[in-house]
Amino acid sequence: MCRARRSPADPGSVAEEERRVKANAREYNEKFQYASNCIQTSKYNIITFLPVNLFEQFQEVANTYFLFLLILQLIPQISSLSWFTTIVPLVLVLTITAVKDATDDYFRHKSDNQVNNRQSQVLINGTLQQEQWMNVRVGDIIKLENNHFVAADLLLLSSSEPHGLCYIETAELDGETNMKVRQAIPVTSELGDISKLAQFDGEVICEPPNNKLDKFSGTLYWKENKYQLSNQNMLLRGCMLRNTEWCFGLVVFAGPDTKLMQNSGRTKFKRTSIDRLMNTLVLWIFGFLVCMGVILAIGNAIWEHEVGACFQIYLPWDTAVDSAFFSGFLSFWSYIIILNTVVPISLYVSVEVIRLGHSYFINWDKKMYCAQRQTPAEARTTTLNEELGQVEYIFSDKTGTLTQNIMIFSKCSINGRSYGDVLDLLGHKAELGERTEPVDFSFNSLADPRFRFWDASLLQAVQLGNPHVHEFFRLLSLCHTVMSEERNEGELYYKAQSPDEGALVTAARNFSFVFRSRTPKTITVQELGRAVTYQLLAILDFNNVRKRMSVIVRSPEGRIRLYCKGADTILLERLHPAHHELLNVTTDHLNEYAGEGLRTLVLAYKDLEDGYYEEWADQLLRASTASEGREDRLARLYEEVERDMTLLGATAIEDKLQQGVPETIAILTLANIKIWVLTGDKQETAVNIGYSCKMLTDDMTEVFIVTGHTVLEVREELRKAREKMMDSSRSMGNGFSCQEKLISSMSASRLTSVLEAIAGEYALVINGHSLAHALEADMELEFLETACACKAVICCRVTPLQKAQVVELVKKYKKAVTLAIGDGANDVSMIKTAHIGVGISGQEGIQAVLASDYSFSQFKFLQRLLLVHGRWSYLRMCKFLCYFFYKNFAFTMVHFWFGFFCGFSAQTVYDQYFITLYNIVYTSLPVLAMGVFDQDVTEQRSMEYPKLYEPGQLNLLFNKREFFICIAQGIYTSVLMFFIPYGVFADATRDDGTQLADYQSFAVTVATSLVIVVSVQIGLDTGFWTAINHFFIWGSLAVYFAILFAMHSDGLFQMFPNQFRFVGNAQNTLAQPTVWLTIILTTVVCIMPVVAFRFLKLDLKPELSDTVRYTQLVRKKQRAQHRCMRRVGRAGSRRSGYAFSHQEGFGELIMSGKNMQLSSLALSSFAARSSSSWIETLRKKKGGDSTASSPSGGADKPLKV
Amino acid sequence: MAVNYNAKEEADGHPSGVGAPGGAGKSRKPDNTAFKQQRLPAWQPILTAGTVLPAFFIIGLIFIPIGIGIFVTSNNIREYEIDYTGTDSSSPCNKCLNVSWNSTPPCTCTINFTLNQPFETNVFMYYGLSNFYQNHRRYVKSRDDSQLNGDNSSLLHPSKECEPYSTSENKPIAPCGAIANSMFNDTLELFRIDNETRIPITLNKKGIAWWTDKNVKFRNPSGNTNNLTALFQGTTKPVNWPKPVYMLDSEADNNGFINEDFIVWMRTAALPTFRKLYRLIERKNNLQPTLQAGKYSLDITYNYPVHSFDGRKRMILSTISWMGGKNPFLGIAYITVGSICFFLGVVLLVIHHKYGNRNTSADIPN
Repeated sequence: MCRARRSPADPGSVAEEERRVKANAREYNEKFQYASNCIQTSKYNIITFLPVNLFEQFQEVANTYFLFLLILQLIPQISSLSWFTTIVPLVLVLTITAVKDATDDYFRHKSDNQVNNRQSQVLINGTLQQEQWMNVRVGDIIKLENNHFVAADLLLLSSSEPHGLCYIETAELDGETNMKVRQAIPVTSELGDISKLAQFDGEVICEPPNNKLDKFSGTLYWKENKYQLSNQNMLLRGCMLRNTEWCFGLVVFAGPDTKLMQNSGRTKFKRTSIDRLMNTLVLWIFGFLVCMGVILAIGNAIWEHEVGACFQIYLPWDTAVDSAFFSGFLSFWSYIIILNTVVPISLYVSVEVIRLGHSYFINWDKKMYCAQRQTPAEARTTTLNEELGQVEYIFSDKTGTLTQNIMIFSKCSINGRSYGDVLDLLGHKAELGERTEPVDFSFNSLADPRFRFWDASLLQAVQLGNPHVHEFFRLLSLCHTVMSEERNEGELYYKAQSPDEGALVTAARNFSFVFRSRTPKTITVQELGRAVTYQLLAILDFNNVRKRMSVIVRSPEGRIRLYCKGADTILLERLHPAHHELLNVTTDHLNEYAGEGLRTLVLAYKDLEDGYYEEWADQLLRASTASEGREDRLARLYEEVERDMTLLGATAIEDKLQQGVPETIAILTLANIKIWVLTGDKQETAVNIGYSCKMLTDDMTEVFIVTGHTVLEVREELRKAREKMMDSSRSMGNGFSCQEKLISSMSASRLTSVLEAIAGEYALVINGHSLAHALEADMELEFLETACACKAVICCRVTPLQKAQVVELVKKYKKAVTLAIGDGANDVSMIKTAHIGVGISGQEGIQAVLASDYSFSQFKFLQRLLLVHGRWSYLRMCKFLCYFFYKNFAFTMVHFWFGFFCGFSAQTVYDQYFITLYNIVYTSLPVLAMGVFDQDVTEQRSMEYPKLYEPGQLNLLFNKREFFICIAQGIYTSVLMFFIPYGVFADATRDDGTQLADYQSFAVTVATSLVIVVSVQIGLDTGFWTAINHFFIWGSLAVYFAILFAMHSDGLFQMFPNQFRFVGNAQNTLAQPTVWLTIILTTVVCIMPVVAFRFLKLDLKPELSDTVRYTQLVRKKQRAQHRCMRRVGRAGSRRSGYAFSHQEGFGELIMSGKNMQLSSLALSSFAARSSSSWIETLRKKKGGDSTASSPSGGADKPLKV
Repeated sequence: MAVNYNAKEEADGHPSGVGAPGGAGKSRKPDNTAFKQQRLPAWQPILTAGTVLPAFFIIGLIFIPIGIGIFVTSNNIREYEIDYTGTDSSSPCNKCLNVSWNSTPPCTCTINFTLNQPFETNVFMYYGLSNFYQNHRRYVKSRDDSQLNGDNSSLLHPSKECEPYSTSENKPIAPCGAIANSMFNDTLELFRIDNETRIPITLNKKGIAWWTDKNVKFRNPSGNTNNLTALFQGTTKPVNWPKPVYMLDSEADNNGFINEDFIVWMRTAALPTFRKLYRLIERKNNLQPTLQAGKYSLDITYNYPVHSFDGRKRMILSTISWMGGKNPFLGIAYITVGSICFFLGVVLLVIHHKYGNRNTSADIPN
């Protein structure tokens, strides 16, 4: 599709060192041969498909091995099987894989086509022309319109907005949904119309293509001036233009060179532990194969020397073979060929098919479908399913994963009275769930219809004109950094940096204090239906240390007032001491709110004298323009003014949990899965959520909080925590040597689990600073040990990298399967590091989902994914592998025994067609059906008894021991399979007197016994006989006999006498009662011990799943008790905090007016004020009135070098 | 207007798997079918004492009578076996021990023996070979079934598999290959000695091969003549054979490739010790047994050398039953397995009663 292009991977081309792009000069740019904007994610086309795909497939060791066998078979002295016994399975496997690859590639072609054929407007020869994306070249100037995707990496030249500003959404790039501002450099921002743009002949010299999304450095040369370019001037492919009517951009990187495409590298291929075990076992089996080959080759050499040499009168040696030794050497390879079926090629394909089936079941699961978001669960990786049944550690993000990231204004305390409790008719607090009607806000045309509040008394207070309540909501409507947008009259949209703030402003809005619009200098509030414009004098912005924010406004009456909201711990200290009583009441309310897991804020105000303010503002101006110590000076000034405030009240915001989070966590904990929360949030918030989702409970013996800032502090805190655990477990009487155990068991994970069991319930909370120290090489083990001994671990304020490090740490030392779940771009590293990554397809974009192996939209689906799908997948895969190894050993080892009776000549026992078809036809489908459909207990039971999950974690169902049992059973079967017919056939004759023990009859008898025995065995292994299982098992037997008779029929023989030598054999042999007696005997002898053994195991030492299954059978109606989740309000410690997730510095941005474009769009429509007029005012004022302008405003000035 | 853009596809180059291509119009809600929701009705067998123990007893109770039946039947079969290899110096055939393929005149020897019990029903006469590896890979494949099926081109161009017995003196060998070349060619004749007179016993040489072999698998080359000599024109005899294939027998329907001795030989044995049907002795009338008790003599034309590789040659006379010839193994095996099953059943029953978890539902930890 794409024309041949220069790509960095081309060995011929020199790596690009810098990129030169000249606008409107296609010929000039042509000579650099930059990649065009055509992207190609597909790997093949029709011509290259076969060779390239085959080449790729033969890079797989297994495929190459079979190819090698195939080549061996072409040597006549070695060939012990016909060529087709290997080539048919090989071709089948290659075909299946090729078809899969082809379908994948077809879809890629389709999506490539779709993307490449999108239309964009390109400026060619002075006119805008519609062009397909793929025809856009580097150096073209293209026009983008609102809500369009950016076609390539562009240098923003100009836009419809003043100052060349434009807004983009980068959700596709980094998953962040908030808008970002990009700005054209001033010289080009004037190029508003096409004629000017057509004249533009600037040249950009910049860095070569790379994958750094947030970095760009280049220079624009135009009209003999140099202008520095940065990422601020770039629009990247994949972004979407928002709130900007149009903009023009110069294509700098196109197609595969764009940052988006440079970032879409292949993700690391994850393997499951079963995969690794399987590979080890396959290697062992190869070793075993070679051993058998060697034994038989030695046997052959001896035989040829002792017997074969004399037998030459009837059977001379091949011409090339001159010694018994050489014959033995050849027979080694011959045996390698016929014994290769111990590791059949179909193993890998079958495993993939089963996993694919499981993935489809996940995709199809109705109970993991989220109706609200219309997203079904999706298994994005099809190769990890059984690992879902072995998870021991879950690392969870908080925001968006455990919580919905929706903040709800839940309660408030105003002037000593608490509002927001749901009261029933008698005035008692009502229980959750039996809520009455929410408060009706219909009188207020500007109200947000989604807002719910249950306490009508607050509204009454507003309507009655309670001044405190009015002041309370006035504060909420003024003191914030929210931007408003009014698309149509009365349709307000708030754009809040943090959802908490949005919730507060929305609450004020519904209670008739509607924040309507803002300019850098004013805030317009619709107070009880009357528009009031406050003059915004200053925003004292939020930061981590201050934990509060304030605004200073001048009301229309001219009164200057400071409104402040912030964390209780900080704010309560800064109140005027006069209001002691109110403070006490409010504190009680705060405790109550915190006890319910709500996030609280305290609100206060202070009136400022005009003179005082003037003086203060003056100092502020000087401080903000100071070159040194600006931050300190500002902080001191803020501190000074936010003092002696009057308490207004407090708000309580509910950080809404995702549905079913506490229940899910409880069940997963019961399943012995440890859950660690890794969050970027603050400690208070994280702990709060920890309590509300029942990870932390008040029943816990202790919650250790590690907040040390130095290595020593952290080490000390960890040590103390451990000591406490030791002490208590020692006092419980059985921890006598725990200390030593702890030290010695640093790497032996199982020992520590003993420690965990006796240690009681502890939890660990650690913050980012301490974590950084704890993750250092000399302390990581201490940290891990302490953390693993705790029931719950919460790491707060962690960076994405630390998230990955924590996961890596557990992976490294615990040898346990880890699962990371998250929804945001900051979880990507952790998702990629963990064995299994789960993405929540929620609101924070799709970055996490793209990096994940599984995705769904609700945290609660995790329990179903693990306890039902994971558990079944693991069970099925284990059963499948056990049976698969068994059946192939039973099948193949017969050749080994036969070797001792045929002069070690590598003569096969079976017909060559049987060997060809055994694995791919006769025995494949029943075991596949079992691998796909089997269930030991129903899904309800898996949820009811989370303990059923444990065998997977301990890896009990398929490990080396189980493998050897399977192998032993296979070998046992093969021995009987050979020696029983041998015993029968040695002297016997048929019922018509003719010879019974001819080779072909023997082959048919052994083959038939084998098929019957392995069918009975799969019948025993299958625990869940659906119609499909019945069909496959009986069908396989039927197909065996059908093919047997067909292969032995006259017709085929007449056509190919040399290929179908067994003519007439089936009907002759299978008509013999002796043969059937032999088959029955073999079957019973092979199966009987297995049944006896399994029965004994079930009877004497049943697994939990057996017991559950048995109970299910006996008492179908038995209803096991559900574990009740207690929903008890927790009285106790106060955990509140100014839990705002927004960034510092936003206030400054507002004051500078730089981000005003959003609201100005809205303003222009309703306030009849030109959107640019106030910007003009602002510009005029600039320089003089620099209270509002910030140093970052300097970006407006051209940077002339 | 927003462009329908699936960023997922662009960002990782993969189509997003299942259900995604449907787009907005189609609901992405999974179908509520028993199959997709893994709720297919199913039979869930479980090994309980109620099923396993009876099974063991039933198997035991069925196997033991069958075993006894087979054992008795097998014991009622008359079988007489003579090793005539001649390794023992006292054996009359000792002189022939080192014969070669084409020694002339052929070495003959006579072995006298006595049947103590009469053989009532039809008697089958076998030759048995030991330490003869008819199942060796190179041996087994050394034949051309196409040629044996009468294919004229294969007749003149035998398959490579027949090497080194595909051509001799620049002429194709018919039948080619090591199997045909090594065909057993001793002649055995049986006489009853009645008062010093040797009464020859009629040995039937037809009806000893499978019907399918004789009529489907093996066919003489076709042509516009019935004269085998002409049909085999251009071929030569196997190296070890004294006579070409078209002179194996005088009867036209037992000559050439469809000679039954030849067909029997060509059906290679599975094990290095084997017996092959040589002749039939049919019961003349119902009044007297096929072979009375008494003295017999076996005349052997000793052509087939086996001594060089420690092979043995035997002649076996046997009657058969519904389940073929004498086969003590099967009967004993059935009795043994039946007994073991029964015994195991008892043991399991005892264990189950003493230690079994009968009240299993009680100990499900919650």
